[in-house]
Amino acid sequence: MSTLEIKDLHVSVITDDAPIEILRGVDLTVTSGQTHAIMGPNGSGKSTLAYSLAGHPKYQVTSGSVTLDGQDVLAMTVDERARAGLFLAMQYPVEVPGVSMSNFLRSAATAVRGQAPAIRTWVKEVRGAMADLGIESEFAERSVNEGFSGGEKKRHEILQLSLLRPKFAVLDETDSGLDVDALRVVSEGVNRYRETGDVGVVLITHYTRILRYIKPDVVHVFAGGRVVESGGPELAEELETNGYVRFTGQPGGVTVGGQR
Amino acid sequence: MAAPTDTAEQTSLDAGSTVVAPAGAPEAHSHVGGRTVRPTAGSHLHPTVSADPEAHRVPTGREEVWRFTPLRRLRDLHADAPFGDGSVDVDWQQPDGVRVAQVRGEEAVALRGASGFVPTDRTSARVLAETGSAVLVDVPAGAVVTEPVVVTVAGRDTATAEAGHVVVRVGAQAHVDVVLVHEGSATLAQVVELQAGDASTVSLTSLQEWAGDAVHLSRHHLSVGRDATVKHAALTFGGDLVRVVATVDYAGPGGSAELLGLYFADAGQHLEHRVTVDHDATHCRSRALYKGALQGEGAHTVWVGDVLIRASAEGTDTYEMNRNLVLTDGARADSVPNLEIETGEIVGAGHASSTGRFDDEQLFYLQSRGIPEDVARRLVVRGFFAEVVQRIGLPLVADRATEIIERELALTGS
Repeated sequence: MSTLEIKDLHVSVITDDAPIEILRGVDLTVTSGQTHAIMGPNGSGKSTLAYSLAGHPKYQVTSGSVTLDGQDVLAMTVDERARAGLFLAMQYPVEVPGVSMSNFLRSAATAVRGQAPAIRTWVKEVRGAMADLGIESEFAERSVNEGFSGGEKKRHEILQLSLLRPKFAVLDETDSGLDVDALRVVSEGVNRYRETGDVGVVLITHYTRILRYIKPDVVHVFAGGRVVESGGPELAEELETNGYVRFTGQPGGVTVGGQR
Repeated sequence: MAAPTDTAEQTSLDAGSTVVAPAGAPEAHSHVGGRTVRPTAGSHLHPTVSADPEAHRVPTGREEVWRFTPLRRLRDLHADAPFGDGSVDVDWQQPDGVRVAQVRGEEAVALRGASGFVPTDRTSARVLAETGSAVLVDVPAGAVVTEPVVVTVAGRDTATAEAGHVVVRVGAQAHVDVVLVHEGSATLAQVVELQAGDASTVSLTSLQEWAGDAVHLSRHHLSVGRDATVKHAALTFGGDLVRVVATVDYAGPGGSAELLGLYFADAGQHLEHRVTVDHDATHCRSRALYKGALQGEGAHTVWVGDVLIRASAEGTDTYEMNRNLVLTDGARADSVPNLEIETGEIVGAGHASSTGRFDDEQLFYLQSRGIPEDVARRLVVRGFFAEVVQRIGLPLVADRATEIIERELALTGS
C-alpha cells in the first residue's frame, strides 16, 4: 500500500520575464488501488501539475510538498522520481533521434529495476507488451517517438507504463488526439496496469470520454490552479451535462467525446 | 495546454549566405563578401590555382579560407617548413582485385594531380612539388573489391614536418571502399586525391585518430565520374590541430557525392573541416552531413560548406547540413554554409546549420523514465552521431568511431 500526497503545492512557470504562478495550492492524496480523474478546462494548470510531479526544470515549486510514502519527492531528481515509482505519460512525448526504442526501453527498465533484465525474458516481455497495444514489431528499431503519429506516441507511453510498472502513474491527456479504436486499446493497457495490483492512477483529462473505459474512484475538478471540488464518478456525469461553467464562470466546457 | 518547450539553451542559426545570380546574367561572375571574383577558378574561395608553390602567398590568417585557423600552431606547415622523410610510416592491407603500392620516381610524379587537382594553396602545392613518392590505390575498371582497403598512416614524432600524397584511382564501373587511418604523432601536410571513374561506386573514409600533439593539414580532392557514386567521410577525433579541406567536382553528368563528417573536439583542440562542391555538370547530386560535438575549455571546431552551382549545372540537387552539439562551457563551434547559384534550372538546393546545447526536453524525457542523467546524455550523443555512422555504412569504421565516441564521453563523464 503506497500513498502519493500533494499538500498546498504552489508552482510557477519560468519564463523569460518574471515567473508566473500556475498552481495555487493543490491538495491531493492518492493511495494505491485508486484511480483519480482530474478534470478541468484548458489552462487550469492540469499539465503543470503533471510536469511538476515529474520534475520538469521549467517549473519551479515555490511552496508545498509532495511525498511518496513519506519520501520527499521534490528533493529528488527527475530520474530518482521515476526510480522511486512515479511515472508520467506525457501529452506530448518527446522525439529522441538516433536512440532506438528498444535501446531506450531496456535502458529505462535497467534503471528502474536496478539491474538489466535477462535478455531472453526481456525480449519476450517487450514483444508481448507491444502486441497487447497493437504496436508493430518494427517500432522497436525506430528512434524514440520520431515520426510517430499522435496515436502511436500515446501507445508507446502506455507501453513504457506496462514495462516500468510504477507505483503511481500520472496520465496527462493520454486520450487527446486518439480515435475510438486507439482510445480503447490505450485504455485497456491502462486497465491491465491497474489490475497488476497495488498501483495508483491519476488521470488528467479535459473530456469525459476516456472515463467510459477507465472508471475513476474519485473525480476532481481543477480550476484556477487548484482542486476546487472533489466527488465520485457522478461528478464527471455532472460535468458532461453542464460543463465547467459552474467552476469557471465562463460558458462552454466539456464536450462529450469531443475532438479538438 | 502547451507542453513545455524550453529552447532558451538551444540556439539555431542559419549563418550561411546564399548568392543567386539570375540565369543568363550578362557576365558570369559572383559576388562574395562584396568582392567580384571570377568563378572560373577552382572555387570562388580559392582564387589562386597553381601547381607552383611560389604562386601562392604564405597565408597571414586574414584570408577568408584561413581566418579560423590558428596559424601559429601549424609549425610552419602553411609556410615553408622543410619536409623530412621518415617519421611517418604507411602500411596497408591489400585485398584481391586492387593494387596498393608506394610508388616513387616518375610514376609518383605522374600521379600529381591525377584527379585533376590543381593546388589551391602553398601547402598543397609544396606537397605535390616536393614529395618523391605517393601511395597509390589502383582499382581497374570493372573490379569489385568487397573487402575495405585500409591504409594506415602512423606518425612517430612531430619534430619534422612530413608530406604525403595519396591517390585513389578507380576505373569505370569498379567498386571499392578505402579507409585511411591516421594515428600517432606527426606534423603532416597531405594531399589525397580520388578519381572515381564513370559509373563507379567508391567510398573514401579518412579517420584522424591522432595523438594529442599532431598537426595535420589535409587537402582532399574528389573527381566524380559520369554516373559515379562517391561517398567521402572525414572523422576527426585526435590531434592538436587538424584541418581537412575537401573539394568535389564532376567529370560528367549524373554523378553523386555524399560528404559525411563526424568530429569530437576536446579542450584546446582545433578541428576544421571545409567542403567545397563545384557543380559544373548537369544532373549531379551532392549531400553534405557533418556532425560535431565539443567539450572542454578552448575546444574549437570549424565547418565551412561551399556549394557552387554553375550556370551549366542544370538539374543539380544539393543539400548540406552541419550540426554541432556543445557539451560544456568554453567550447566554440563555427559553422558557415554557403550556397552560390548561377542557374535556376535545378532540382533543389539548400543548407542548414545548427549549433546547440543538449536538448533539455530530450534529457527530461529520458530521465523521466528513470535513466540517470549521465546515461541519458550518452544515449543522446550516441544518437546524435548515429545517423552519420550509419550512412558511412562500413562496420569497420562504425566500430572504431563508436569506440572513440564512448572514450570521449568517458573523459568528462558527460
